[in-house]
Amino acid sequence: MKTTFKVYRFDPEAGGQPRFQDFVVDVQKGDTILDALYEIKAHQDGSLVYRRSCRSGICGSCAMKINGLNKLACETQVEGLKKNVIYVEPLPGFKPIRDLAVDLEPFYTALHRILPYLINPEPPPTDKERIQAPEEFKKIEIATSCILCASCTSSCPSFWADKTYVGPAALVKAFRYTYDTRDEGLDNRLGVMDNKHGLWRCHTIMNCNDACPKHIFPTEGISFLKRRVVENRY
Amino acid sequence: MTIHQHEVVIIGAGMAGLRAALEVAKHADCAVLTKIFPSRSHSGAAQGGMGAALGNLDNDNWEFHMFDTVKGSDYLGDQDAAEILAKEAPEVVYELEHLGCPFSRTPDGKIAQRMFGGHTLNFGEKPALRACYSADYTGHVVLHLLYEQCVKHAVRFYSEFQMVSLIVKNNVCRGIIAWDIRNGGLHVFRAKAVMFATGGYGRAYKITTNAHANTGDGLDLVLKAGLPLEDMEFVQFHPTGIYRNGILMTEGARGEGAYLLNKYGERFMKHYAPTLMELAPRDMTARAIQTEINEGRGCQTPEQKEKDIPGDFVNLDLTHLGEARLREVLPQIFDLARNFAGVDVAKEPTPIQPTAHYSMGGIPCTTDGRVISDAKNTVVRGLYAAGECCCVSVHGANRLGCNSTQDATLYGRRTGRAIVRDLSGLIYEDLPPESQKDTHAEMDWYFNTHGGENATDIRHALQDSMMKNCGIYRNEKDLKEQLGIVKELQERYQKIALKDRSLQFNTEVMEAIELGHLLNFSEVVVIGAIERKESRGAHARTDFPKRDDANWLKHTMAYKAGDKIRLDFKPVTITRFQPKERKY
Repeated sequence: MKTTFKVYRFDPEAGGQPRFQDFVVDVQKGDTILDALYEIKAHQDGSLVYRRSCRSGICGSCAMKINGLNKLACETQVEGLKKNVIYVEPLPGFKPIRDLAVDLEPFYTALHRILPYLINPEPPPTDKERIQAPEEFKKIEIATSCILCASCTSSCPSFWADKTYVGPAALVKAFRYTYDTRDEGLDNRLGVMDNKHGLWRCHTIMNCNDACPKHIFPTEGISFLKRRVVENRY
Repeated sequence: MTIHQHEVVIIGAGMAGLRAALEVAKHADCAVLTKIFPSRSHSGAAQGGMGAALGNLDNDNWEFHMFDTVKGSDYLGDQDAAEILAKEAPEVVYELEHLGCPFSRTPDGKIAQRMFGGHTLNFGEKPALRACYSADYTGHVVLHLLYEQCVKHAVRFYSEFQMVSLIVKNNVCRGIIAWDIRNGGLHVFRAKAVMFATGGYGRAYKITTNAHANTGDGLDLVLKAGLPLEDMEFVQFHPTGIYRNGILMTEGARGEGAYLLNKYGERFMKHYAPTLMELAPRDMTARAIQTEINEGRGCQTPEQKEKDIPGDFVNLDLTHLGEARLREVLPQIFDLARNFAGVDVAKEPTPIQPTAHYSMGGIPCTTDGRVISDAKNTVVRGLYAAGECCCVSVHGANRLGCNSTQDATLYGRRTGRAIVRDLSGLIYEDLPPESQKDTHAEMDWYFNTHGGENATDIRHALQDSMMKNCGIYRNEKDLKEQLGIVKELQERYQKIALKDRSLQFNTEVMEAIELGHLLNFSEVVVIGAIERKESRGAHARTDFPKRDDANWLKHTMAYKAGDKIRLDFKPVTITRFQPKERKY
């Protein structure tokens, strides 16, 4: 089926303003947005720039705005969109570098600020694991499947308005560790979380929940953290 | 050219590179280069588990694990390396747990373990519960954990830097040169120690589980530097890739009890591996599936049925396991089958076919990750390797499932420790001036191509033909034809046309460089496959169907000599287990 892809183009080196360029691709059943971009790059315009790697929804490279919503290009079937004109744009909220690639430095910086690792001064047992009940693992399991694709943070209006807001992805990581029974790091993360550019910048708009390709509900984790932080005060 | 200096430079940010970096960063200035971002490395796509004889659910012990690894390797694995893997694996898993790795748990709160192909109790008696897992996200959680630990220990990351040159002179490594993808421009990295953790090369094949990034860059650069590659003819096909796109459906699915069914709905593995059935090792299972397809028992799509064309896939059936259990232990499989096969695994079987997955061969090195330059184990000073890009050799002719996540982490750790021990004896070596000039000239070439060949078409021609002529079953005629095809494609490559002349984020040039690597090491894979006149592990020759220990119980070592590839051989280290016929 012939489908028109309106692709966001921007090459600062070549000068000029960002624009949409039309490409027509003969899409086969089962083809994804990434397949279409691949075909455009292969046979229509080799200078088209996008990030990709695993093409199976686990590396998070190919998050982009597809017909207005943040998605992974690799797991989005063209047919499933039920449109013959498809807009493909870079993730909003980040500075475009070139075409569909954006500057993710602020995303990683925010992640690093919330101390994304286990904090526990107690030495672990020797020659065996710490005990954690299956339901304790279940509590954090879905949060551990975050692939850092940045879809959620990029979809968040609070982040658009406040670029110092750490954003839902970093807070999902904070949830994943704070609610891990092996972690004692709540106090260490409080400074970044209990802050108007931290948890309290989340106004439960919930775009992030729709954007997440791994079915994580960042808003839920953020709400748990808000509660924990308030409890901690008294 | 910008010049950086770090005591240790690691190329690749998957499990092996990050685990080594974590070790090094506690003692020295450590930089990690990756052509993507660390959390996007392909280690994250590993699903089913990480092998370690913890014995949390049975009476497993390391000797069983070692035996299975050796037998799985079709006795080509070096047994000192397999022994280290089996013995140290539990400690490596406990250490990950202590760092905060989220593992699925047994009812009493220990690390959960599941069955995997070729892993047995009591030397082959029955399947062992050995693969430590986090649902079907095991590689993902370990990769992210190691990345987070590296952040904690202030590892310096250079993300989106693509290595383009390895500088080795007089058997001493002096550094590497990389291209800054985002801004354009060459950067020299001087280091006392350079470690390759550059991963595998599934992208030489049309149907593969591998990421677009898995183009064997490190292997080709090693070859170009005059160093050998070991056992490159052994390419693992994973039995269960999603039909037509090759995306991985974890072996953990069969570990949880999934069936493989042919078009008659028959569990055909009973004819190939009556004891272990679907949990036979990957080489045998992939061959069994291919045999079913070749002999007309493959399943058919509705179109194939209509046109009376033989089917070219089999079914992976999970439906009898129940939706609740599937959602608990294989949640990713649900998404993958739905998104890439349009299948609900709780209700219907998934069409699958074997898919290029793992490279047993690679950069030869010692059990401490020191790269060697010949069959006498002469060490290249300052150069190290671990993970899929290297060949210790733990996996010999066929790797067992859940041994690669363990291999990468465990040997990454060992290599990191060896680097720390060696550092006091290493210095920043002088860079030969011609190395920078040559790399400059090479990059200029990519920005000034004027030919008429399309790079993607060349890549597809390679991938199609490798699949057809150098896949699961091989023979001399096909392999020789393939060698001719690779040579011809190498020539066409000299005439490629690239349109993009921008320096910033020029992925067209990056992909062209990767294509060059694919073409170069594929020649070594094919030559190794032509020369090895026997069938062993993943290398199945229809014209030499038997294993030949008298002549071929040895590793191949391939060198580039001018335009030719020269083969040398290295003996296999055998300690506890003498080669026997492999039955499951």
